[in-house]
Amino acid sequence: MLETITFSLLNGLLYGMLLFMLSSGLTLIFGMMGVLNFAHASFYMLGAYFAYTMGLYTGFWVALFLAPIAVGLIGAAVERFGLRQVHQYGHVPELLFTFGLAYVVEELVRLFWGNTPMNYRVPEALDFPLFSLFGTNYPAFRVFVLVVAVSMFVGLYLLLKRTRAGLIIQASLSRPDMVSALGHNVPQVFMWVFAFGTGLAALGGVVGGIQLVTEPGMAFMMGPIVFVVVVVGGLGSIQGALIASILIGVLQTFALSVDWSLANLGMVFGYAVPPESFFATIWYMDSTRIAPMLPYLLLVLMLIFRPRGLMGKRES
Amino acid sequence: MSQETALALKGLTKNFGRAEIIRGVDLDIKANERHVIIGPNGAGKSTLFNLISGRLEATSGTIQLFGREIDGLPPHRVNRMGLSRSFQVTNLFQNMTVMQNLRCALLWSKGHKYAFWKLVNSQQEVTERAEELMERLNLTAKQHVPASLLTYAEQRALEIGATIASGAKVLLLDEPTAGMSRTEADDMVELIREITTDCTLVMVEHDLGVVFNLADRISVLVYGEVIASDTPEAVRANAAVQEAYLGTEVH
Amino acid sequence: MNTTQVQTGAAAGGVGRSIWVRRLWPWLVAVVIAMLLPLLVTSNHGLTMISHMGVMIIFALSYNMLLGNTGLLSFGHAVYFGLGGYMAMHMLRYIEATGFGMPLELLPVVGALGGLLFGLIFGAVSTRRAGVVFAMISLGIGEMVTASSLMFTGFFGGEAGLFGNREAPVSLFGIDYGPGRNVYYLVAVWALIAAVIMFLLRQTPLGWMANAVRDNPERAQFVGYSPQMVRFFQFVLAATFAGLAGGLFIVVDEIITDETVGMIQSGLVLLSAYIGGIGFFLGPVVGAVLVVFLESELSSITDAWLLYFGLLFVAVVMFAPQGLFGVAYQQVMSWRAGEWVRSFHARLYATSAMLVFVLALIAVIEKAYHVLRHWNPQEPMPLFFVTIDATSMVPWLVSFAVMAGALAVFFLHARPLLRRALDSGEGA
Ligand SMILES: Nc1ncnc2c1ncn2[C@@H]1O[C@H](COP(=O)(O)OP(=O)(O)OP(=O)(O)O)[C@@H](O)[C@H]1O
Ligand SMILES: [Mg+2]
Repeated sequence: MLETITFSLLNGLLYGMLLFMLSSGLTLIFGMMGVLNFAHASFYMLGAYFAYTMGLYTGFWVALFLAPIAVGLIGAAVERFGLRQVHQYGHVPELLFTFGLAYVVEELVRLFWGNTPMNYRVPEALDFPLFSLFGTNYPAFRVFVLVVAVSMFVGLYLLLKRTRAGLIIQASLSRPDMVSALGHNVPQVFMWVFAFGTGLAALGGVVGGIQLVTEPGMAFMMGPIVFVVVVVGGLGSIQGALIASILIGVLQTFALSVDWSLANLGMVFGYAVPPESFFATIWYMDSTRIAPMLPYLLLVLMLIFRPRGLMGKRES
Repeated sequence: MSQETALALKGLTKNFGRAEIIRGVDLDIKANERHVIIGPNGAGKSTLFNLISGRLEATSGTIQLFGREIDGLPPHRVNRMGLSRSFQVTNLFQNMTVMQNLRCALLWSKGHKYAFWKLVNSQQEVTERAEELMERLNLTAKQHVPASLLTYAEQRALEIGATIASGAKVLLLDEPTAGMSRTEADDMVELIREITTDCTLVMVEHDLGVVFNLADRISVLVYGEVIASDTPEAVRANAAVQEAYLGTEVH
Repeated sequence: MNTTQVQTGAAAGGVGRSIWVRRLWPWLVAVVIAMLLPLLVTSNHGLTMISHMGVMIIFALSYNMLLGNTGLLSFGHAVYFGLGGYMAMHMLRYIEATGFGMPLELLPVVGALGGLLFGLIFGAVSTRRAGVVFAMISLGIGEMVTASSLMFTGFFGGEAGLFGNREAPVSLFGIDYGPGRNVYYLVAVWALIAAVIMFLLRQTPLGWMANAVRDNPERAQFVGYSPQMVRFFQFVLAATFAGLAGGLFIVVDEIITDETVGMIQSGLVLLSAYIGGIGFFLGPVVGAVLVVFLESELSSITDAWLLYFGLLFVAVVMFAPQGLFGVAYQQVMSWRAGEWVRSFHARLYATSAMLVFVLALIAVIEKAYHVLRHWNPQEPMPLFFVTIDATSMVPWLVSFAVMAGALAVFFLHARPLLRRALDSGEGA
């Protein structure tokens, strides 16, 4: 029991941290530009693929830095030549543009890399068990992921709180109309925020691609979850995104690993639904099958009862 | 004039953050009265209208419409209880034509609600009333022009038209003549006088000529407080008003 | 904003005969086309395709009741399509098992009722807000329903889905629904009925107020309407028609899987409506026909069809947000205004330049797929009536040169020329 809980917590934390890396960039983009970037997970995917291919030539460590930069530049181009053009029509066409972009990116990835998953492996330097718990080895790479995610959070936090650029971003997170009042070139700021946000997603992809999987469907799989994190965490709040990511990660991992159902809860109270009754399907439904639904349930409930999210300062 | 109270405000206050914009307004407006609210810019007149019509929620105090509490109700509920308002900044369905704007304003009051089993075009009563209004507003020639393409004065006229269309018992008009030429304004005042023979009018107006011409009673709002509420003669004679408003502002 | 609004206004004055004729002829044309289509399309594959077009037309029109008419962007409209389809499928299986006497013609109504039921449930929680919040809730509900297909395998039929036999129920008119052609006619009749109803719904008080709420929810409140209720009613109606489409879908396919409730299906209807043009009643119809056609035909011609699809959508969003029907409408308007006379050559020139660019782009994409995805890139590749070696440099250089040239001609010469041609008209 203790073993399951410990490992679920650790793995949930890990998954949550991956989610955070993936979604913190979107939190910035959404909070500042109001663009719910449907293609955000596509940039995460590009990060993984770029890192894989670059890694073949340069090794993992160089790719860890180069891939996010390359993806960020692509992000800048997308903003400059795509989004900016659509911006004049309003937020819905912006959303639709990124929606179409997600299709295009997925097809391009299929074109260049094929349909099968990549053999994107843990780099040798990190391929060893770091410690062992309850007789099970804990891989060093997972700890590395945690370290990257935590440093990303700390870095972002300091950037936002301590630097001039961060102050501008913060100002515009709470009052988007303020950026222009500050006398800054808004389109320019938007472009770099978009580039930065997509670059962060790519960084998530560089490590996430190894930890989870690198295949053309990965963006589609992660895409909606990213929205859950951003909305639940609250518009433009990095801390909120962190909390929401961990919450969702732990929640889902637990539901997948403990394999409980309402019946277990019922047994504590000495109550059971007769197996043939109408509610039996739900009563004996094990939590592994409920797990995929949980984040979205959270999303819908949050939007209905607290649309500004956990830590958001204003409503979407 | 009947003595029934149409609109009663008691201890009404409104704060925006720490700024107190409405600071305890008590006001009784009798049914079928033409009540004009005057006051300097930023006094809180539009805010007061927003509170009454349900666009904003009051910080404290109560609002009664014909004896029924309406504070806290959403605007559409207040509207259905017989209170209709116009906006200082034109607020129309910009993509719709003049005709369509007026018909939309008529649909609920003519009992069509959310009906999806009848066509708007076959509702003779709505069409006739809309045509009547257009005639009266001199907008007939422009009936198929989208609101966004009208001149400013025409938009204002349509704004008033959409407000009075439903035949509400209480009308709140926020500076209906602002931005109009002399003749347009005179015509508008004439229209307002006509339609308010059997309903209650609460109006914000800066033009003192219009004010003293139209009002049965005048309230003076300064910094969120009513400093006088009386007949035109009494208000004209009121020293506090002269000091606070009439003396300093020349129109 | 849109044609029907203008028409409704015009009709208010004096309703003459000519107006009725003018209003009715598009419908008559639609009926004639729908009835004659099976003479042209006779293969089973083709009949299935045009049946799918009919289903998609209903689905896309119902989607536009949300997006175009009420301004609600939904990422989960397939929920009502799919659940309606499942309801109809369960009814079909029930008929098969028990001999229950419901005729096949009415089976789509079961789908509609399913859509209505779930529309009521999910509409109540999602229409309290508009805008991005609504969009996100619809996405969340869509994902929840998708995930629940894993939980309720009895209802959703698991991975394999559910099968049914459309020949099991009786027919109201004694028609044999074995042949695809007869099924197509059933779809066509339902599609026409649904389209007429949805067209009329736009002209009802609810339809008008949906537009009002889309444009200015605040003002709508001050004329007595609750925007939330208007959105709710529109949502429920849209869900009902989506369910109808789902019910027809299972009659055509005789199988349903949980993909029908999923994101891809929701995305497809969004694409259809938007590509066609959400500001026009006929926009989604055009979009639905085009999308089903591309999906059915393009996919057998090229591996790149999904890429073309995505590019087409992005291009429409970027350059023609009024949709393809909107573009056509504008052209007709400008032709009527006499703008074509003086700008005909400039138009032809600019369009050709763009067309050359697109063809060169297609050549590049096709070659890329050949080189990167074909099992043997060396194999000669047929491309636009010629056969080339995609691994040699020459075809690539030619394509890129043509692309660059066409772009240069368009931006440096053709577009300025077109602008001047149009401006000169305004001055005159
Ligand atoms: N939503 C709001 N948030 C913060 N302050 C507001 C808001 N609405 C109004 N105010 C402030 O309240 C004060 C009163 O505004 P209001 O529009 O009611 O004045 P008014 O009497 O109608 O003036 P005018 O004659 O210019 O129309 C102003 O100082 C204004 O800045
Ligand atoms: Mg004002």
